[in-house]
Amino acid sequence: MASLAFRQVLKRYGSGPAATQVIHGITANIADGEFVVVVGPSGCGKSTLLRMVAGLEEVTGGEIEIEGRVVNTVEPAKRDIAMVFQNYALYPHMSVFDNMAYGLRIRRLSKQEIRERVEATARLLELESLLQRRPAQLSGGQRQRVAMGRAIVRQPRAFLFDEPLSNLDAKLRAQTRVEIQKLHRSLGVTSLFVTHDQVEAMTLAQRMMVMNAGRLEQFGTPDEVYQQPASVFVAGFMGAPPMNLLRDAPGVRTDAILGVRPEHLRISTYGWQAVVESLELLGAERLVYLRLGREELCLRLSSAEAYPRVGTSVYVQPVESAAHHFDRATGLRVP
Amino acid sequence: MTSAPRAFVPGHLLAHAVLWVGLAITAFPLYLTFIASTLTSQELAQAPMPMWPGEQAWENYRKVLIEGMSGSHLSPPVWVMLRNSLAMALIIAAGKIIVSVLSAYAVVFFRFPGRMLCFWMIFITLMLPVEVRILPTYKVVTDLGLVNSFTGLTLPLIASATATLLFRQYFLTLPDELVEAGKLDGAGPLRFFLDVVLPLTRTQIAALFVILFVYGWNQYLWPLLIITDNKLDTIVVGLSKMIGSGGDATTNWHLVMATAVLALLPPVLVVILMQKWFVRGLVESEK
Repeated sequence: MASLAFRQVLKRYGSGPAATQVIHGITANIADGEFVVVVGPSGCGKSTLLRMVAGLEEVTGGEIEIEGRVVNTVEPAKRDIAMVFQNYALYPHMSVFDNMAYGLRIRRLSKQEIRERVEATARLLELESLLQRRPAQLSGGQRQRVAMGRAIVRQPRAFLFDEPLSNLDAKLRAQTRVEIQKLHRSLGVTSLFVTHDQVEAMTLAQRMMVMNAGRLEQFGTPDEVYQQPASVFVAGFMGAPPMNLLRDAPGVRTDAILGVRPEHLRISTYGWQAVVESLELLGAERLVYLRLGREELCLRLSSAEAYPRVGTSVYVQPVESAAHHFDRATGLRVP
Repeated sequence: MTSAPRAFVPGHLLAHAVLWVGLAITAFPLYLTFIASTLTSQELAQAPMPMWPGEQAWENYRKVLIEGMSGSHLSPPVWVMLRNSLAMALIIAAGKIIVSVLSAYAVVFFRFPGRMLCFWMIFITLMLPVEVRILPTYKVVTDLGLVNSFTGLTLPLIASATATLLFRQYFLTLPDELVEAGKLDGAGPLRFFLDVVLPLTRTQIAALFVILFVYGWNQYLWPLLIITDNKLDTIVVGLSKMIGSGGDATTNWHLVMATAVLALLPPVLVVILMQKWFVRGLVESEK
């Protein structure tokens, strides 16, 4: 177990004027035993950041520390961290047992200890009956668990997860999410979990790093990120459907952006007059899409509530206490 | 009649006819070779020659295997030549596989200056078969004093990395994550090669072994040039020397045919025994 720290971490590919910078100075501290999710759209540099921690990518600038020690030039194997890959990267020709034991054999543990550790991990992940199988004989969910087992069995100082759930179907993904939470509670190992799925991020994270275009937009608990987004990007990225970001509505200043979540818009007898364009029933709730001049609005109703018909004109109004204000030039939150 | 038996479909009939003709064209000479190897030279000299096996099979095969060609001082017994050929084919196949698999591993998994240059230089050797570079190679081998040795016989044939390309293409299909998982598990390059890459390449190696064994076995021009000591003759060269080189310049065709049948057997056996691996290696990639 270990704390993790990023100090002005940069990543550039190539050199000279042709270089492309993909990470622009990230600074963050992750406490010992914390579960941190790195979330952002594809291409935002989140996987690159994770791979730099693992030692699979060189750090162009700044420092990465594990337990207070700078590891920029330390070999991946010597960093004592384990990684779960998106496609699991199991050794296809080895049995489940051998897959988990391989790293331990290289570290020259005794046969006895390897057997004990692998069996204990297999019990934890309910893989006992599969130990003699090859990866090809396993289902996607089982492979995923073997990949986690391979990480756990090493008893590393930190776990790195690179979108480990994205190859599972929706139901299994939800199950595995719960399992990962349980595992983290019982093992308490510092974990860095990369995903582009905000539901995964919200449900798993103790704290989350929201990244965009190689920059850290916000680092905070899921509550903070959802309730008090630090920038327009975070506001628009987290939440489904996304927050309404209004530039051109009555009462919005020309240098500001007004953010209102769909659940914080109310149908009222006064306020903005908007036309109902379409309706979507999602089960427990109903989404109402409205047009307000050049802006589009989304409003969330409980499915039991009365709703307006398409084509009619209604008055809507934001819940003032839940509105967010952003600076139009910088995109940053205005208190 | 609602449905005709499948054999009567005209298209099938034609296809079968073509296949039978092809089979006959391929198999008939082999059959003749075998028949000739079981006859005496008098029987063989009749016109037309008999179409059924004679009674000399045991005698002919025993004679060529153990004594060699009668009246000839040029040919060693066939078992010696078979042994030479077997050794040559095995060394060439094994050597080529070792060289190619290692060079492909280097080219695919390591980033070093001149990597692509190395790859292209290896690639270019594909365009230079033994026959093209035979004179300079002969000069080099002679200068090194390797004439009449197994080293001289096999080394120049090993040193063309024909299989490198095949292994490279296969290695490129291995996911990067596998390499990275190995790095995180603490496997060094050699360890990763032995524990992961090599086991995953088994079927490809087996398939290639079949091809290269037959390639080595069938070498003719190079052994003919480099080997002047009869005791080191390979079977393919030895076979050709038997023709027209009997004691009184006649050819003992029945013995030549027996030798030909013996020369055919090892490559055929290798192909048959390794057929399962061969096909798997060419069609399946186990990942």
